[in-house]
Amino acid sequence: MSPVEKLGNMDKRKRWSQKVAFGFFTSLSYLVVVILFVILGFIIIKGASVISWDFLSKSPEEGMTSGGIFPAIVGTLYLVLGSSLISFPIGIMSGIYMNEYATNGKITRFIRIMTNNLSGVPSVVFGLFGMALFVNTLGFGDSIIAGSLTLALLSLPLVIRTTEESLKSIDDSFRHGSLALGATKLQTIRKVVMPMAFPNIITGLILSIGRVSGETAPILFTVAAYFLPQLPGSIFDQCMALPYHLYVISTSGTDVEASRGMAYGTALVLIAIVLVVNLLANALRSYFAKKVKMN
Amino acid sequence: MLISGSVSSLAILLIVVFLFKEASGLFNSPAIEEGYVLAVNDTNPVKHLSPEKTKEIFDSEITNWKELGGNDEEILVFRFSDLTNFYTEEELGAEFEFVPSKINELVQKEGGIVAFFPEMYLDKDFKGTVISKDPIKPSEFFGGTQWYPTATPAPIFGLIPLLLGTLLVSVGAIALSLPFGIAVSIYLAEIANFKTRQFLKPIIELLAGIPSVVYGFFGLVVIVPLIQKGLNLPVGETAFAGSVVLAIMALPTIITVAEDAMRTTPRAMKEASLALGATQWQTIYKVVIPYSSSGITSAVVLGIGRAIGETMAVLMVTGNAAIIPTSFFEPVRTIPATIAAELGEAPAGGAHYESLFLLGAVLFLITLVLSIAVEYISSKKKI
Repeated sequence: MSPVEKLGNMDKRKRWSQKVAFGFFTSLSYLVVVILFVILGFIIIKGASVISWDFLSKSPEEGMTSGGIFPAIVGTLYLVLGSSLISFPIGIMSGIYMNEYATNGKITRFIRIMTNNLSGVPSVVFGLFGMALFVNTLGFGDSIIAGSLTLALLSLPLVIRTTEESLKSIDDSFRHGSLALGATKLQTIRKVVMPMAFPNIITGLILSIGRVSGETAPILFTVAAYFLPQLPGSIFDQCMALPYHLYVISTSGTDVEASRGMAYGTALVLIAIVLVVNLLANALRSYFAKKVKMN
Repeated sequence: MLISGSVSSLAILLIVVFLFKEASGLFNSPAIEEGYVLAVNDTNPVKHLSPEKTKEIFDSEITNWKELGGNDEEILVFRFSDLTNFYTEEELGAEFEFVPSKINELVQKEGGIVAFFPEMYLDKDFKGTVISKDPIKPSEFFGGTQWYPTATPAPIFGLIPLLLGTLLVSVGAIALSLPFGIAVSIYLAEIANFKTRQFLKPIIELLAGIPSVVYGFFGLVVIVPLIQKGLNLPVGETAFAGSVVLAIMALPTIITVAEDAMRTTPRAMKEASLALGATQWQTIYKVVIPYSSSGITSAVVLGIGRAIGETMAVLMVTGNAAIIPTSFFEPVRTIPATIAAELGEAPAGGAHYESLFLLGAVLFLITLVLSIAVEYISSKKKI
């Protein structure tokens, strides 16, 4: 074999191994897509036949085997609203502080490490903590306020990080320009930096709403009720919630088999929330991206 | 601003304080159910009983005092509800006023008795030996191989079966999802064109957004029956089912972190490799992967952290048997699943309640160590 032929063979082998490897990676990637579509498809097909106006607007009946999930939808709405009211202002301010004010000192490093750690804390530990502090020590009992506070703590790291990342992506020349025109730091943040970072922050906040609406473990011992005949009247009442409802009727209801249909419907509503939230976030992202380009 | 900046630090601090405050109570609670006493005949040389031994006696697994270092005598188990087998209602009195003296009499009479009754019925001049109420020892919790939190007279809190269950399920999950995760992140970072990436990224984001309870439900109605039939097992709710569900859930974390790491490979390095005649694939495994190895390690550690702390999905598909797992295809129970399943039934302030907080503290420490490990791994890269 001549040296040229040898090189040619090596070249062939190289290309072959690349083809095999790339084929493998591509097929695994598409397998992930298939997994997602199987999960979504299964729940959508099984759940679609259950969804009706009655299902969305009525209370559960006959030991959760018929009726609807209206109280659970309302409860989840309250919890999302309550936790957002707490976590958004604190998280956004915290993010602004971290990116705009904090110098790269020990305190900032410490806060950043703590925020990272907080995002790694398992959701069931938040549940334990919420029960010990809000339910027992502060005496809120199982209530919307206790559940909202617990969920707010859980979503806080997400809000802080989103705000920080959005602010970081804004070029310093805008800040310098504003400051050079005589604006104060606070004016710069309010009039220049925040409006530019706003789209990204909103996208992050919407995604955090999606996360909060599906959490089960933190509300298990702080607010969730198995069944309530009437809607909550104040923030110190318990409420039903979609994820907890799905958990109880699929594992420990009075008749697990008979309430399967209700479970598929509840799962579909939860999936629909996640889908809507993600589509909305993506749509906003591309809308604002276009707007920035046009300007 | 600084105040809101420190809210997350404050939250961590409070979590630590509250978890450990509630948890530390466990080692002050008596090993025997509160408000009750355990007593034996005063001639019996056995003065101490561990929770495990107590449970074995009351389950009739130990039937002779000889096995506990006592006399060769049959054990007579006496529960408070057995009282009417020994005495008529008249003898006990209309207001149960003679109960203490009758119990006293019975314990004196029967040499092999072990009696378990409410403390309020302990006679003033009780002639038997009250088994000393030792508090639960840390070694019993951290080294205990059994978890029977509601056993009477002495509940048993042993961490080992739950810890092993958690590790088995999580490690299984990572082993399943790692090849997938790395393959997809290589594809996204190096192979896929812009358009494909625009299609795949939202899908992976969506996979991360699905609530864990929905994964658990899907696992319960699809994966569990599939495993049971496919592998011909008595039950489908196994550690393996938990690992499969967790593997899907850990995928987005692993993919996102590993892809970000691969993207940081400097373009000049890749181009130098290609200019030397290496193929794209050779460049990937000789340049990109070694360069991003610390990021890939972080991805694995983060994935494990996510898997260890996951509660609802695991609770729904692993069958929840609190025993030391001997095989991947048996029901197991993880630490978070135990907390979620039992906290509702544990009376606040009791030993069971405190033991669940201690489990939470253990879980918190594990995830804390993992986050610090990630921090350390990614800071090392910057050299």
